[in-house]
This record gives sequence, structure tokens and C-alpha cells, in this order.
Amino acid sequence: MNTALFVSMLAVTVRAGTSLLYATIGEIFTERSGVLNLGLEGMMLMGAISGFAAAFHSKNVWLGLAVAIAIGGLLGFLHAFLTITLRSNQTVTGLALTIFASGLASFLGQRLGPQGQPLVGQIGPRFERLALPVLSNLPLVGRALFQQDVLVYASYALVPVAWFFLYKTRPGLHLRAVGENPRTADAMGINVTRIRYLYTVIGGMLVGLGSAHLSLAYTPGWTENLTGGRGWIAIAMVIFATWDPVRAWLGAILFGGINAVQLRMQAAGTTIPAAFLHMLPFFFTIVILVAITWWEAFSKRVGAPAALGTAYVREEKG
Amino acid sequence: MATNTPAVRMTGITKRFPGVLANDHIDFETQPGEIHALLGENGAGKSTLMNILFGIYRADEGEIFVHGRKVRLNSPRDAIKQGIGMVHQHFMLVEVQTVAENVSLGLAESRFFLNLGQTKGRITELAQRYGLQVDPDTRIWQLSVGEQQRVEILKMLYRGADILIMDEPTAVLTPQETKELFNTLRRMAAEGHTIIFITHKLDEVMAISDRITVLRGGRVVSTVCTSETNKEDLARMMVGRPILFQVERIPVEKGDIVLQVENLQAQNDQRLPALKGVCFTVQQGEILGIAGVAGNGQRELAEVITGLRQAIGGCIRINNMDVTNCAPCRIIEKGVSHVPEDRLGMGLVPNLSVSDNIIMKEYRQPKLSYGPFLNRLSIWRFVDRLIKLFDIATPSQETPVKLLSGGNLQRTILAREISALPNLLVAMHPTRGLDVGATESVHKMLLEQRSKGAAILLISEDLDEILALSDHIAVLYEGEIMGILPAEKAGVEKLGLMMAGALREMPPATSPEQCAEPVEGKVS
Amino acid sequence: MRIRIEKRPIPSRLVSVLTLLLSLLLALIVGGILLKAVKADPIKTYRAMALGAFGSRYSLSETLVKAIPLMLCGLAVSVAFRMLFWNIGAEGQLAMGGIAAAGVALFLPPRAPHLPSWLLLLLIAIVGFMAGALWGLIPALLKAYIRVNEIITTLMLNYIAILLVEYLFYGPWKDPKGYGFPGTAEFPPVAWLPRLPGTRVHLGLLFALLAAIFIWAVLSRTKWGYEIRVIGENPRAATYAGISLVRNILLIMWLSGGLAGLAGMAEVTGIAHRLTKGLTVGYGFTAIIVAWLAKLNPWTVLIVSFLLAGLLVGGDQIQITMGLPASVALILQGAILFFMLGAEVFKQYHITIEWRRRSSIHEETGV
Repeated sequence: MNTALFVSMLAVTVRAGTSLLYATIGEIFTERSGVLNLGLEGMMLMGAISGFAAAFHSKNVWLGLAVAIAIGGLLGFLHAFLTITLRSNQTVTGLALTIFASGLASFLGQRLGPQGQPLVGQIGPRFERLALPVLSNLPLVGRALFQQDVLVYASYALVPVAWFFLYKTRPGLHLRAVGENPRTADAMGINVTRIRYLYTVIGGMLVGLGSAHLSLAYTPGWTENLTGGRGWIAIAMVIFATWDPVRAWLGAILFGGINAVQLRMQAAGTTIPAAFLHMLPFFFTIVILVAITWWEAFSKRVGAPAALGTAYVREEKG
Repeated sequence: MATNTPAVRMTGITKRFPGVLANDHIDFETQPGEIHALLGENGAGKSTLMNILFGIYRADEGEIFVHGRKVRLNSPRDAIKQGIGMVHQHFMLVEVQTVAENVSLGLAESRFFLNLGQTKGRITELAQRYGLQVDPDTRIWQLSVGEQQRVEILKMLYRGADILIMDEPTAVLTPQETKELFNTLRRMAAEGHTIIFITHKLDEVMAISDRITVLRGGRVVSTVCTSETNKEDLARMMVGRPILFQVERIPVEKGDIVLQVENLQAQNDQRLPALKGVCFTVQQGEILGIAGVAGNGQRELAEVITGLRQAIGGCIRINNMDVTNCAPCRIIEKGVSHVPEDRLGMGLVPNLSVSDNIIMKEYRQPKLSYGPFLNRLSIWRFVDRLIKLFDIATPSQETPVKLLSGGNLQRTILAREISALPNLLVAMHPTRGLDVGATESVHKMLLEQRSKGAAILLISEDLDEILALSDHIAVLYEGEIMGILPAEKAGVEKLGLMMAGALREMPPATSPEQCAEPVEGKVS
Repeated sequence: MRIRIEKRPIPSRLVSVLTLLLSLLLALIVGGILLKAVKADPIKTYRAMALGAFGSRYSLSETLVKAIPLMLCGLAVSVAFRMLFWNIGAEGQLAMGGIAAAGVALFLPPRAPHLPSWLLLLLIAIVGFMAGALWGLIPALLKAYIRVNEIITTLMLNYIAILLVEYLFYGPWKDPKGYGFPGTAEFPPVAWLPRLPGTRVHLGLLFALLAAIFIWAVLSRTKWGYEIRVIGENPRAATYAGISLVRNILLIMWLSGGLAGLAGMAEVTGIAHRLTKGLTVGYGFTAIIVAWLAKLNPWTVLIVSFLLAGLLVGGDQIQITMGLPASVALILQGAILFFMLGAEVFKQYHITIEWRRRSSIHEETGV
């Protein structure tokens, strides 16, 4: 493979995986607090459409970004309210969120264009690519990694920041404790409810950010099913990454890589293998999950936050 | 009495839970520098009262004063701010994190960056001052139970707790560790700390406390100075009548060997060795009591024998057939009944009816089913008979079993397990959490089964119970049998020493001189 | 103000019914607000939806048509959920059933021209069932032996199956006379599932009814059903009682996947008569909602499926009659579900709101 091909594929890989990376890290935070949010697919669709619609009508791409983040946070809050305060089943709530948000996104997509026309196919403002001064001149990686849009650059920073936050700060310690053993965290004076709300909303905001990248940079624009299952893949990626931000980045690269390969093959005119390529992320997730679960049986505690998916109730006579 | 301001004063504390009045207008106070025991049976309301003091529960009525100031304790954080710390029976520790991380959890200082160096230094300082040795960098799951308890105490001391509540702290300690704990507590009291010590063990109360408050049925019976009372008086206050420390146990003729355990080896959930070559036998008409402090392999022993845990070495024979590592249903077929320690978690299905729970063992039998179908009529008759026979108080057969009281839960389990006419009955902590009446009836049932020729393996941390019921007593310490003694030769002191690993005796001549060669788990 | 939440010893039935009605009402209100925002009349819209779903013989039959796959998948999902096996993969199991059915329908008749229709269809039904069952057994095996989380595995297998369907009807099974319209060739009439004359309601309805009866009988009258109930309520107790978790996980997923596969088979042989995009439109996911709303009771599943199908059909109708997007139905569905989920808390817990502020720890107990 010649260098030009490698560079272009690397560039596509990074770009394709960015929205997934944001969503995955967002869900990592949510799940670390003990809340399982299966509504990501719907949230991403809603984030993408609202961000695009806002940018389209205001001609301001930053406003679009802000709206997408806000919508993500709002939907995250909805999920938090239902599952934390009202103690509803997290799995069903997440699925309800997906159905509701997907439906709403589709509905809005039909109505939020100019004069109430569909937004599909409309052209709006986007995040343009920005070459970073010195770095983009590096051989090989320079063009691929440092001639991307601003959101991609932000994602580079997100991974180490998220890692540091989780493992080297006091709030990170508290977050991890809440997901492992909420009773203990509560007894130590940590407000479990507040933390679960906080990180579900933050997770939602990151998901919104990721979806903004889709409609304001990657695609850009809006079509039905813009996300192509990324929301579901993000949920899988969290497990693939064993709830760790750095491994999430590896997962995003893998996914992006598969996308890049698939695009290339499509360009070369072969449609048949596309389906099988698309299957790869899902297939790999199962394989990784099996491997992790098997390994967890032998080593110690490399797995899920122990309290993931369970509601926390304090006033219970033991 | 005291002219100083009490360290803690609680007045008129009332707390209701669905269906039970846990605390009924309780008045309670302690002096600074005092070790105050809160005595009562299980369910008397001691833990509830202290959970209120620690802010975990909120009282429905009543007031709390700390060093004379009225306080409102809405959460553990408030309590900690007032200088109150609590060490629970079930430790509040995050297993995957280190000691230092656990200690620094939720600290009031809002420093953003986690700098554990300082924390570790202070932990080591406190540890030396009070004699609580522990390495700040180890992860909790790597520590022994006694060490984990030290972490809990350190957690509280680190936060400047001057009032320390300890909830049944010796339940998981050996006699030696208990002595060490008591020394630590005395040191703390001497430095002006106030200790409130929840327990139901009379010996400890007499050994460590300055004053005692006795609770019964959610009310205060009396508060006395330790020097002015004795065990008999306390027992009377606790249960309202003199306890008979002995139950009638008539000699029964022993039959064939039912259970034979040879060189049994198993691991616990952390993959550390829990049973290291256990050998013993139980005959028909015999009760073998397994004594020992909780956490020395008892749970693993019961689970391996009943097929719920894998044996990695050794051999189990029932009526001379090898059942090592057989599935639970095979073992049930061999006539083994199991009364587990976790009633609602394992022994019963809380949301299902009494009827559904009672048939859990026998539903496969032709008498209760035909082909793939359940025989509704015969099930109804069967359950009805057992309810009457075992005196289970329930509104109907269809009542969800979770609504029953502790005693009735245990009767349900026993009804089910005993009616299966077992050859071997494995009973684990059968009277834990039961009141005196229920305990008595359970003991009677066990002795009855013994008279009928069943072999009973009784695992309990209640030494009195073991002494009262067993024909032979084996002591389990760190996965090994320290000795097997006939009941007449087993004194509390000797057993205590064995439980602490300080004494090891050869098994009596009736057991095989040497255990068979270790066998890799066999399936029959 | 403080909200105090105490668990009720027995969940309240009255509150159950009240909350159902209230949730519906609130959902309709939310939908109404949305409709107003796009300048549509809510009352008119809802009327149009109701008429479109139940107003005529034709609408009723169309609603039944949509209800059939929901019923079968709803039963499939509910039976797995009973055992706490979170089968999110009904969509994929349905797809595999459709694939298998299409495979037999397309390739067997030419090779066995004298096969009577009823026998062929029976064969196809069995194959469809088995295909779904096998697809469901994969996550079951992984869970039973390695304890792999089934929410993720079933979810992932969905997408693999959906992609497989696409691959087949775009690729090797593409209709040569298709004029570019994506899908397989039409099945020969001998492989068409009989319909109620004058409607599109097909024999799949009978499958659904039989399945409901079967499940009800198993759960309430058999030893297997007893074991399912015990495992679903307390897996630890089940093991303790000697009930084999492994065996039951495999059995239940065989049944669950099989029923969903049957739904797929019924869709391709009863409605489309070919394998197309229209197979994987989300019945498997909606079925999860159905199962949850129906509280896993087989009869209620049938009713809820019918009602939810009405919602979907109504949504399609207003697209035609009022130019509103069909996604309105999805939004309503989601909203109903949200309110019902939120309302769960009132059933399980007793909520007291304390308005007055107190300076000491004295409080009043809630009523």
C-alpha cells in the first residue's frame, strides 16, 4: 500500500471514529456511575438533527454545536430522572428513549427545513478542516491527523483528560466508588444521586457533541438514519474498552478503520462485501466481550462497575 | 451519676418501617471516654438506633444532642461532621480500591487532584498510635476480615471521629483478634473517645463495657453500670425471662456412616484456599456441630457438600457413594437437605407464594406431578399438611413468602427440607436472627430429626447452640479441622483456643486414621 | 420540601390502573403539543389515527396484520424476560426466520413440484422457527456457559442478521426481474401463507394465538413453567433447589428465538411473499415495549400488540390523509412508555411530600 493511500485511509479512520469516540467516552462516564443508558442511538439522532437545524437556520455552526450538546444533556437528564428518581427499569427506559428520540428526530427532520420543508439534503454550515501549524507538516501522520476539524482535535485532548480525571482526581475516585459500591459511597457522605445525575447528563452532553460531529462535519447534513447504528456500537464499545477511556480510543480507531476500508471498497465498485464489513464491528464486539468475560472469571475485577444497572435505594431495612 | 455533658444524648427516638416499630421512644446517652454497650437480641432495634445516630436513617420522632448541642443528622456526612463515626457489621468498603483510596473517599476537603501521599502518611501515623497495622496500598479484597475492620476504624479516626459506633464488631473475629480489638478500644477510650458497642454477646459486654443499655422489642429495658450487674441479670433483661442455657438432648443410638468427607479442598470466591483438606464423618442419629468464627470456610464447606461449589480436591461420600462435584439435583436425590444461612437470598423465593416455595424440593416427584404437569390438587394438600405440621403462620398458601416473619421463614424452609425425609441435613446458622421462641422450636425440630435417624451437620457461630445440640463438635479454623471432640469433652475454653488456631488435636479413633489420597473431583 | 419514598409491601393494583390511564392521557397531551407546534390539529389527527386503525373493516384487518409479528415477538420476548434473560435480539431472530423461510420458499418448490402447499408451509414454519431458535441459542450458550452479558450479544446479533438480510436480497438472492427494486423474487403461490379472504390477515394470527395458549399453559401448569418462575424471581434459590440454569436458559431461548423466527417466517410468506427491506422495520424492538407494558402476561401481550399496532397503522394513515410524518406514532409510543415507566414508581413505592420546614428532627409521618 503506498503512502498516499495509507495517509488518506488514516485520515478517514480518525474522522469516522470521532463521533463514536465522544459517544463511547460519554457512556463510559454514565456507566461508571452505575447507570446504563441504552438510548444512545436515539440521542445521537436527536443531537445531530437539532444541531444541524440550529446551524442551518442561524448560519452559525457553533450555535449548532451548542444546541446538540444541550439536547444530549437534556435527554440524558430525562433518562436520569426516570431511572434514578423514579427508579424505572434502566434497560426498558433506555429503549423507550431510543424509540422516542429516533421518532422525534425523524419527525423534526421532515419539518425543520426552510418553510417547514424537510431538512434532508439541505446544505448548512460546517466545521471546516484546519491544518495545525507545525504538526500538519509531520511526515505520514501530519496530513492524516492534523488536518482535521476542530472537533477531532478536541477528541484528541478528551482521551487523556478523561483518563486523568477518572483515575487521578478526587471527583474521579468518587465516581468510581459510586459505580462499584453505592452503599459505601453513600455512607462516606458522597451524594450518590447527585453523582449519577451529573454523569448521566455529562455523558449525554458528550454524546450530543459526538452527534454534532456527524451532522456538522463528517457527513455533513441530515438524512434518515444518519448515525448508522453508531449509538448501539458505542454501547458495545464501552464494554470493548472495559470502561477505560484510553481503550475506548482504540475501539474508535478500529471502527473508523473498518469504515475507511469499506468506503474504499465501495469506491472501487464492490458492494457485496460491504455488508460483511459492516458486520465486523458488531462481530468483534461479541468476540471481545466473550474474551473479557472469560478472562474476568480468572483474573480479578477487570469488568463492569459492580453496581451497573441497579437502582440505589437508601431507606431499606436490611 | 454523671455531672459532665453527655457525649451523645438521644431522646424519644421513634422509627417505623413497613410492618414493624423498630425504635419506640428510646432515650439513650453516653458519657465521654466511656465504652457503652448496647445489648439486645437480633431485631431489638440496636442497629436501627445507631443508624439513626449515624445519619443513615432519619427518626420519625425524637431529638439528638451531641456534646450538648442539638443536631440534625440527615446523612452520614452530617454525622461525620459532628464527630460521629460508625463501623458496620457489613463493611462499607470498595473492594477493588486500595486502603488509602477507601479512607480518602468522600473527605470534606475538596482538593481536586488526588494526592494520596499525604493521606498514606497520616494513615500510618494513626495506625501506629492505636495499634491498627495495615498497608495503605493494598486493595481491600486482599485483606483479611480483621484487617478490613481496621481499615473501617481508621476511616473514622482519620475524619476526627471522637464518638465511635461499632456494630457487632466481633462477629467475624477470632478470640485473639477480639482481644486486640478490645485493647484498641480501651486505648481510644483512655484518650477521651466515646465508644458505643452494639452486641448480643454477654461475655463481651461484661469484659469491655463501662455501662450497658439493654434494648428489647424496640424499647429500652434498662441502663446499668457493668460493675453493678451480671450475666444472668442481663440475660433476663434481654429476653424478659431467664434463659435456659441448656436444651434436653437424649442419647440416641448411632447408625451407619451417612456422610464421609475426605481431604476436601475448595476455594472461596476470591480463588484463595478456603478448605485445605477437611476430614470428618457423620453417622445416622448424630449431630456433628462445626464450630468456628464466620469466614473460616464454613460457607464453602456447606456449599461443597450440597453441590453449590466446586471441590478442587478430596472426596465426599454419601451412604458410600461418591458425590464429589455432583450437581445439586443429584445430591438432593441422594437425600440431602440444606437449610442455608441466607434465607431470602437463597433458601426462598421472596416474591413467590408459600406454596411455591414449599414444593421447591419435591415438585419433580410423581406425588406432586404427572408428566410435565404439576398436580395442583395434591400440591395443595401437601402444602396444607406441612403448614399445619410446622405451625407456619401465614394468611394463606398463596401469600408471597416475603411477608412472613423471620421465624416463619425458617419454619417454611425447615418444613420443606425436613418433609423430604433426608438422610443428611446440612443446617447453616439455622437460628440466626430468630427470637428465643423460634430458636427453641428449631432446636426441637433438629433433635427430632436426630431421633429419627437423620445425620445432621450443624454449622453455627453460636457456640452455645453447638454445645447444646451436638454429639460431636469439630472446629474449623482457616479451612482446617483443628479437632473433633465428643460433646462431653468439649469445654468453651478448649473450643475457643481451637477456633483461634492455637490448639490442634488429633481426630478421635473412630474416624479413619489417614484420609484417602486426594482425588481430582469425581462425578458419580 | 422533601420527598420521602417508602416501599409498599404489596404493589397497589388500583394505582396500576389509574397510572395506565393517566399515562395515556399525558402522552396524548405531549403529542398534542407537538402537533400544535407544526400547525396540525391534535383532535383531528387523533381521530384520523383512530379511524385509520380501527374505523373500517379494512383498517382493522391492517391493524391485525401489523399486530401479528408484534404478538409473536412480544410473546417471544416476554417469555425470555420472565427468566430475566434480556433478549433484545428478537429483531435479529425474526430476520433469521425470514431468511430461512425465504430460502426454502425460493429454492425448494422447483425441486419438489408435487409438494402440497400445506406440507411445504409446515416445513417452512419449522425451518423458520429453528433458524430463529438457533440465532437465539448463540447468546444463550454464551450466557449459560461463560456468563456473557446477553443484552449486548443479542443486540449485536440483531445487526448482523439485518445486514445479512440486506446482503441476500441485494446480492445472491436478488430478483433477476426486479427492475432495480430491492428484494428477492416472489415466492411461488404454493409457498404463500393463506389469508383471510378479502384481507391481508394471514395464518400467522393462528400461530400467535396458539403460542399464547402454549405459553400460558406452560407457565401456570407445568414443571418447566415453575422452574422458569423460580429462576426469574431468584436465580440463586433456583440453583440451590437443583434447578439447572444452563438447561433452562437454553430451552427458553430456543423457544423465544423460535417464536421470533416464526414471526419472520409469517411476515415473508404471509405478507410480502418475498424477502425485502420491509422485514426488519423494528418489530423486534417494539416487541420489547409490548412485553414490558403487558407485564409479561401472554394474554395481555396479545391485547397490547393489537393496540400498539393500531398506533402504528394510524400513524401510517395520517401520513396519507393529513400529510403528517408517520414518526408521530413513534413519538406517541415513546411518550406513553415514558409516562408508564415513570408511573411505575407510584405502584411500588409510597410517596410522601413534606412541605413544611422543621427546625429539629421532628417530622410527621406521611399518610
